[in-house]
Amino acid sequence: MRYAMAIEVNKCVGCGDCVVACQTENNVPMGYSRDWIIEIARGEYPNLFMHFESQRCNHCDDTPCVRTCPTGASHVIEGGIVKVTHDECIGCGACIEACPYDARYFHPDGYVDKCTFCDHRVADGLEPACVSVCPTTCMHFGDLDDPDSDISKLIKTREHYTLLPEAGTAPQIYYLK
Amino acid sequence: MSKLSRRDFIKISGTATAGLAMTPPLTSIMGAIFGEEKTPHLLENEAIKTPTVCEVCFWNCAGWTYTDKEGKIHKIIGNDSDPHSNGRLCPRGTGGLGMYYDEDRLKKPLIRVKGKDGKQEFKEATWEEAFDVIIKGMKDIEKNYGKESMALLFHGKTGPHFEHLFKAWGSDTMGEPAGAQCLITREAGFIATYGAGLASPEPTDVRNTDCLVLIGNHIGENMHNGHVQEVSQLIDRGGTIITVDPRFSTMAAHSTKWLPIKPSTDLALLLAWMNVIINEGLYDKDYVAQYTYGFDLLKDHVQKYTPEWAASITTIPAGDIYETARMIGGASPRVIIHPGRHTAWYGDDTQRTRAIAILNAILGSWGREGGFYFPEKVKLPKEAHPPFPKPKWSWKTISRDKHKLAIMGITNEIIDHALPEYKGPYKVKGMFITATNPIQSIPPEDKVKRALQNQDFIVVVDTMPSEITGYADVVLPEATYLERLDHLRTAHHRQPNIALRYPAVNPKWETKPGWWIAREIGIRLGLKDFYEWEDFEEVLDWQLKQVGSSMEEMKRVGVKHFPRKTPMYLKDGEEYWFNTNTGKIELYSTDFAEWGYDPMPVYKDHGEVPTGFLRLIYGRLPMHTFGRTLNNPYLWELKNEPVLWLHPKAAKYYQVENGQEVWLKNLKGKVSSFGIKVRVTERIRHDSVFLPHGFGNKGRIFVNGKTEEMSRTYGRGISDSEMVYKIEKDPVTGGTGLRNNFVTILTENPHKKEALS
Repeated sequence: MRYAMAIEVNKCVGCGDCVVACQTENNVPMGYSRDWIIEIARGEYPNLFMHFESQRCNHCDDTPCVRTCPTGASHVIEGGIVKVTHDECIGCGACIEACPYDARYFHPDGYVDKCTFCDHRVADGLEPACVSVCPTTCMHFGDLDDPDSDISKLIKTREHYTLLPEAGTAPQIYYLK
Repeated sequence: MSKLSRRDFIKISGTATAGLAMTPPLTSIMGAIFGEEKTPHLLENEAIKTPTVCEVCFWNCAGWTYTDKEGKIHKIIGNDSDPHSNGRLCPRGTGGLGMYYDEDRLKKPLIRVKGKDGKQEFKEATWEEAFDVIIKGMKDIEKNYGKESMALLFHGKTGPHFEHLFKAWGSDTMGEPAGAQCLITREAGFIATYGAGLASPEPTDVRNTDCLVLIGNHIGENMHNGHVQEVSQLIDRGGTIITVDPRFSTMAAHSTKWLPIKPSTDLALLLAWMNVIINEGLYDKDYVAQYTYGFDLLKDHVQKYTPEWAASITTIPAGDIYETARMIGGASPRVIIHPGRHTAWYGDDTQRTRAIAILNAILGSWGREGGFYFPEKVKLPKEAHPPFPKPKWSWKTISRDKHKLAIMGITNEIIDHALPEYKGPYKVKGMFITATNPIQSIPPEDKVKRALQNQDFIVVVDTMPSEITGYADVVLPEATYLERLDHLRTAHHRQPNIALRYPAVNPKWETKPGWWIAREIGIRLGLKDFYEWEDFEEVLDWQLKQVGSSMEEMKRVGVKHFPRKTPMYLKDGEEYWFNTNTGKIELYSTDFAEWGYDPMPVYKDHGEVPTGFLRLIYGRLPMHTFGRTLNNPYLWELKNEPVLWLHPKAAKYYQVENGQEVWLKNLKGKVSSFGIKVRVTERIRHDSVFLPHGFGNKGRIFVNGKTEEMSRTYGRGISDSEMVYKIEKDPVTGGTGLRNNFVTILTENPHKKEALS
């Protein structure tokens, strides 16, 4: 089992529905977010290129956040989902420093928080909240170890990239062109 | 290890994470509910789901409000069988619960204690006290001027409750900004051509089209949900999208072809496209022969509108005009020249949207798969009541003599009749305003303010305070859509359907649903016969039974579908009668010829941008709808720093840098109340600025005996409406073109001196 996400940047309109859905689903406090949207624009008028990227924890195969955690609060569960046990987190911030994606934040209640791929929903057979609401259906979630899953097929057939591959973390959010 | 550099990007949604690690904790709305507990997730099988119809915008998607056993709202999820949302709400629908949780909401009835100048000086009152003032105010208007002089300005699903009240009482002086300030010109353009308007949602068959043309229509920035979804499917299918826009919009970036047009010249492009499509024989000849009237006249008419001519006007190279005309013609009839929605731009907007209607007609896309489908809706019987009294004059009296296709109440005519200088027989001296903030929704602002100050009596019913509540004699706090019941949604679609909005929770504080407020006022005005029910649910229950459903069923399903009675598309060669004088699609409008309007669209020049100024372009951000909906904490969180788009050349001219705060001054010398940060971007033409709509709020709230600024939106950004100093009136409809306004940039705070003195 290897959970991953694929996001079609040719369809994303950057509306932020994924961000609000995460917030209401996971009770993310105001002023913080587990996912966010970035706009990338290049060129000169009228020869322009632009797309959006919905970003979050990349649930990497190689996890500097887990390695640097002194208490074991940061850990990997089945399917490669990177999680933080809130009760065991001492809020030292080592993982925040180690993450090349700025995907973690200090929760005001004193622990580090981040995207969980909505594992509580996945356990119920549902998609992560962000994927389930997207009006453009540009987001896909599934098991890369299953060659017949939609996400396996998408990654096999579509040109794609990941963020900061040079960081060597083997990120598992794929952006489809 | 390298950090992702945020300097290279513009983070548009979601708050910075690491960057905020040092800021003091903010209170979570939901956290406040759960206290210090670590969040339990509301699991699917533990949730109580109540059907709702979204009210954050006019698309009115159906969904489910998720509450827990304690009755706390956790989230709102789309209804899978709803054709407006297909189970997926947009960010505003997902974040709609913020309207319920917003602490700035109107909480108690308020009665003005002094002034009438936009300041919010009230005393809190009981509903009974507030009703007493309203009944006296309305009766005084009746005594002094007649009931007709009390006007209703409204928006959204609250509107019909007060329309009923007004008609029962005897005033039909009413209008909504959704008409003259938004889509009336497009409705008129299509009615003049096809004998039918478009209404909402527009029956464009994007799902099946091969080619979609968007003209100043920002799908994806406007989250017209069903259309956004179908455009996404079109991208999946590899279909053609042509976007015409002076701005490199989101959809321009996703398009096959972007035509960066000079603002105000769209009609030239449309006429040149007709020229190529007709002269190269790319139109649907059988369709044109069978269903249209005036093709030969049109053919002659467009001969002078060559692509070479249009190139000199639109700044789009003639080659691109030929190329796109052939792409469009090649897709006939599975092609949509999208009618757009907010089409009140330059004052000849009915003619421009008629050009769009005509172009669709010669391509044979009306009534065809992949073009425009014939929508159907469920007709619900209306509850019985005595006939409405006939007012001596109405919105029609003050609109139709000047504008033949004023098919809805023209708000700006109502405003004109409310001004102190109006001396005619149809004076407006009182206003009842619900769910709209005319200060922002009926520009220009100065005129609206003068009209408001000339009123004897104003009532505002809303969920949120805004500028308009500052002009009210009585403010009534309405429950949000998650706390109330309204009329069933019966909007037309491919499949006729109805949707139920049912309260998921009791109204907070002392707020009340619109139907209750309207009924209580009605009873006190002696209109008991018009309210032979006590709870509006009785009306819905009766209506549902007439169409073979019930409240019980609707609470369970939320959306119910009904079979179509007529085909969705024309069959090949089918006889079809259009509701026009000729019974045909009128390429040449016989009505327009009779009324003295151009029977076929004629290009008119709208002038140049004055030296030293920039054209003011405004539009929606996907997470916000109106100034009224901006203060929603969830949506505010998504985007709370509006920016003014400025091309690098213009930035150089004005010597401003990215991120710098600036102020705007319009051509008449009016300075913006607030500043805004500049976003220097190649995504906009050098001679225009782009402002996101709804910001620059001056609304205040009255709490605990004093007036405070609204906690989130007050003073953030610049209101585009505030900068509008002139409207270009569309002669056919009375619609108000708002895009011929010009501004310049101030780098020094013009209010600084005032602040010091």
